[in-house]
Amino acid sequence: MPKDTGIGASPKRREDVRFLTGKGRYTDDINVAGQAHVAFLRSDVAHGTINGIDTSAAEAMEGVVRVFTAKDFEGVGGIPCGWQITDRQGNPMQEPKHPVLAEGKVRHVGDPIAAVVAESAAIARDACEAIEVDISDLPAVIDMKKALADGAPKVHDDLTSNLCYDWGFVEENREAVDKAIAEAAHVTTLELVNNRLVANPMEPRVAVGDYAAHDDSSTLYTTSQNPHVIRLLMGAFVLGIPEHKLRVVAPDVGGGFGTKIFHYAEEAFCTFAAKACERPVKWTASRSEAFMSDAHGRDHVTKIELALDADNNFTAIRTETHANMGAYLSTFAPSVPTWLHGTLMAGNYKTPLIYVNVKAVFTNTVPVDAYRGAGRPEATFQLERVIDKAARELGVDPVDLRRQNFVTEFPYATPVAVEYDTGDYGATMDRLLEMIDRDGFEARRKESESRGKLRGLGLNCYIEACGIAPSSLVGQLGARAGLYESATVRVNATGGLVVMTGSHSHGQGHETSFAQVVADMIGIDENQVEIVHGDTANTPMGMGTYGSRSLAVGGSAMVRATEKIIAKAKKIAAHIMEAAEGDIELKDGQFTVAGTDKSMAWGDVTLAAYVPHNYPLEEIEPGLEETAFYDPNNFTYPAGAYACEVEVDPETGRVEVLSFAAADDFGNVVNPMIVEGQVHGGLAQGIGQALFENCAYDEEGQLLSASYMDYSMPRSSDLPMFQVDHSCQTPCTHNPLGVKGCGEAGAIGSPPAIVNGVIDALASAGHDVGHIDMPLTPAKVWAAMQG
Amino acid sequence: MYDFELVKPSTLQEAVAALKDDEAQALGGGQTLLPTMKARLAMAGKMVALSGVAEIKGICTDDAGRICIGGATTHATVAREATGFPALASLAARIGDPAVRNRGTIGGSLANNDPSACYPAGALAANAVIVTPDREIAADDYFQGMFETALDEGEIITEVKFPVPEAAAYEKFIQPASRFPLVAVFVAKFSDGVRVAVTGASSDGVFRWAEAEAALSSDFSAEAVSGLSAPDAGGMISDLHGDGAYRAHLVKVMTARAVKAAH
Repeated sequence: MPKDTGIGASPKRREDVRFLTGKGRYTDDINVAGQAHVAFLRSDVAHGTINGIDTSAAEAMEGVVRVFTAKDFEGVGGIPCGWQITDRQGNPMQEPKHPVLAEGKVRHVGDPIAAVVAESAAIARDACEAIEVDISDLPAVIDMKKALADGAPKVHDDLTSNLCYDWGFVEENREAVDKAIAEAAHVTTLELVNNRLVANPMEPRVAVGDYAAHDDSSTLYTTSQNPHVIRLLMGAFVLGIPEHKLRVVAPDVGGGFGTKIFHYAEEAFCTFAAKACERPVKWTASRSEAFMSDAHGRDHVTKIELALDADNNFTAIRTETHANMGAYLSTFAPSVPTWLHGTLMAGNYKTPLIYVNVKAVFTNTVPVDAYRGAGRPEATFQLERVIDKAARELGVDPVDLRRQNFVTEFPYATPVAVEYDTGDYGATMDRLLEMIDRDGFEARRKESESRGKLRGLGLNCYIEACGIAPSSLVGQLGARAGLYESATVRVNATGGLVVMTGSHSHGQGHETSFAQVVADMIGIDENQVEIVHGDTANTPMGMGTYGSRSLAVGGSAMVRATEKIIAKAKKIAAHIMEAAEGDIELKDGQFTVAGTDKSMAWGDVTLAAYVPHNYPLEEIEPGLEETAFYDPNNFTYPAGAYACEVEVDPETGRVEVLSFAAADDFGNVVNPMIVEGQVHGGLAQGIGQALFENCAYDEEGQLLSASYMDYSMPRSSDLPMFQVDHSCQTPCTHNPLGVKGCGEAGAIGSPPAIVNGVIDALASAGHDVGHIDMPLTPAKVWAAMQG
Repeated sequence: MYDFELVKPSTLQEAVAALKDDEAQALGGGQTLLPTMKARLAMAGKMVALSGVAEIKGICTDDAGRICIGGATTHATVAREATGFPALASLAARIGDPAVRNRGTIGGSLANNDPSACYPAGALAANAVIVTPDREIAADDYFQGMFETALDEGEIITEVKFPVPEAAAYEKFIQPASRFPLVAVFVAKFSDGVRVAVTGASSDGVFRWAEAEAALSSDFSAEAVSGLSAPDAGGMISDLHGDGAYRAHLVKVMTARAVKAAH
């Protein structure tokens, strides 16, 4: 029976009322009295030396408050990087300075050179055009392998080369892996590109800086997934503002997908300029600016080799990846191709030996960082593509080949440093096969052929590491932050609760699902629980929302805080009912004394906490408010099996996705409707990567896909009805809710299914194409068929 | 967007007068011009909006049986009301999205002559006549290359007269991002022959595929197209979404499909 309340129920998302009726309060809805407006002058060349900047004409324009260039930021820190990678030789990565405004050189199209603060956004933009910048063009490096060639132009003159790091993992396994591959019965090799993407949240980035002279404090309103992280990075590392003088507010945020995790120069600029101009200042990105200034995603070039023994057991995997960092290191960029990618290379399989080599490269492009899945889609894609290719080469069933190599015993320590606590990959594969009527595929293929179309069935598994992350572990791996989460539960006198969480909701529905958890624990109506997030002034220090971590880590903190509340409330109830604390039970919002008919309502106990007339004051304090910080002791490992059927028009190369089925194991599920929605969104983005989205530069570093005229987003008409199932549940063994996280699965698991399906469709007509790089546009699929 | 003066004449005479100003720029539905201006890639001292000129809006049939569409008629209106020429109504119904179709106009589209626009294919295949205040221009003379037409500075399209073919169809293969044609083909069969117009493919803009016309004029069937070589890829557009060879191939595929659909 579906529940109608609490954990496991699917109440409609309470936040949608305001979102769908236009009552959301986004950063751009915030206007501070007296605010001025900011426009950035951005580089239109990919690489060049700045010989001079003449701002005099701009400064003379009516309505211009002030014009800023790099010289105004002397003594101000650069935009910091939050993760340091150690290379194969044990040396730290090369870490260039990332100035707020370009110093001496511009390094990508969109690099901010100057900024104008003016009475209106239009004046600011006009004034930007009046700034004269003398730039000498330098040759740009765009292709990663060319960037590493001897004598290549350097993105950063003070670094030894364009190589950020050369990372080997696990370095000690290198020789054993080489040997296993040399001795294998069969080796399947695949070279591929994981295409660069632009996240394109519906809401472009916005920053409003406000300075209060009366107490020398600064406030930044920003489109962020993690306001506390921005406060720490910007305050401590860029502007030198202590946290107690800096408030960061991320109100309603219209989608993040990773690209709003990072600390951006525009945030630091607006905070700095508000104080410098003694006026609030506001910047709202245009969509065009978003394309050239939001951190991009993916952009890996990979060679993977899969070794198998004579019985088709996987014996070793070796990968070599070039990962594009872009022109500067974005906040978490170095971690994505390494710890979020290499550690997942075992996938769902018991391959005993794995070696991953990643060369991170600076190029004259927009910085690249985490995008929905972040490293895990790249790992999943290459692994699930090479397995499919191996099955085809060996003439074995791709499901059988996977099953034969599944990890089946848990906990399972992979050869790439992580330990899967639990899972059942056979069960999700079984469930998937029930969903897709594989036996009927040949008949459906014939029906497609009768219409002149080629039908393919593609499937794959995936695993990801979510619930990021144990702080001590990530500290060893180079993170410059902890990755715990926090919650404060404040119970009001009449029994309602406010939960202040360090997580941040920007589409995930936390206000609904988090309330379900707390209400369920106490046994009260969900409407008694309010979830507050997004403001450093009224939430405890938390690390924000990304990596499918919010319920697993943030939810766990909330559970711990609520447990403290319940424990204290029981003490109060015991005192009032004159019973032993151990005899007090809480159920459905009623405290009872075991073995008696005595009871007290939740609201009577909470009232007693704030009106402590009959209260154990010698034992406990009045009030009912508790905070908990939760630091996980492992990642969580959602996993699943996905399949799709595609139809290729052999005349045009156009791919149509006819069906898509996803069988996921997310552990326990709090709100099945929200989980289903998260998977739908992830699938849309994954299918978008597989078929449509491509961020492309030309050789000079001009962004070719700089607008929706050329950057193709998936649309509802491009997608089939999704079959989504999460009935296979192996609860996480180490967090109190047994949850794993569901936000990224769809985007991680779907690209290989699509590509495997298209390869299968082409093979049915005798086109043994091996591989086609994403996105599988009609032109590429058609060209592949031409041989 | 840069500042400009907006005038909104209510008669053709006022519009023509307003456009005599050197700084003036006609504004049809604004579906190309306004985004370009918003991106500050275009500017105009004076914008002359044609949307208030009632006499150049609407659809009628003339004595010769031609479908006559006012230059300021929106795509949505053509889609709904050009029932006498279903292939043209279908073309209009598939331009952009509802917002575009409710603002964009046939005159604006033909005056702009985007190499990937839909209407130029329909006008050229149907051998339409482009009418301006002072003259009538045959479609064969009107389209002069990418974004180039026979229009003079300030000359506006008041009407487009479409002879109605015996059979016709428009087949469009979309560029997935913009949803403009990557290649689209309008095939029109008249009693005296078949005309095949191709948009999206050539860097010279819309063109007639002579070989296909000759083949189809003697045998109006998809098979007649399959015997042809694809047009020369040399002058075809090559971009992120497809190279010249792919576009040339699509010309042939879309032509055959259009012929099939026209039956």
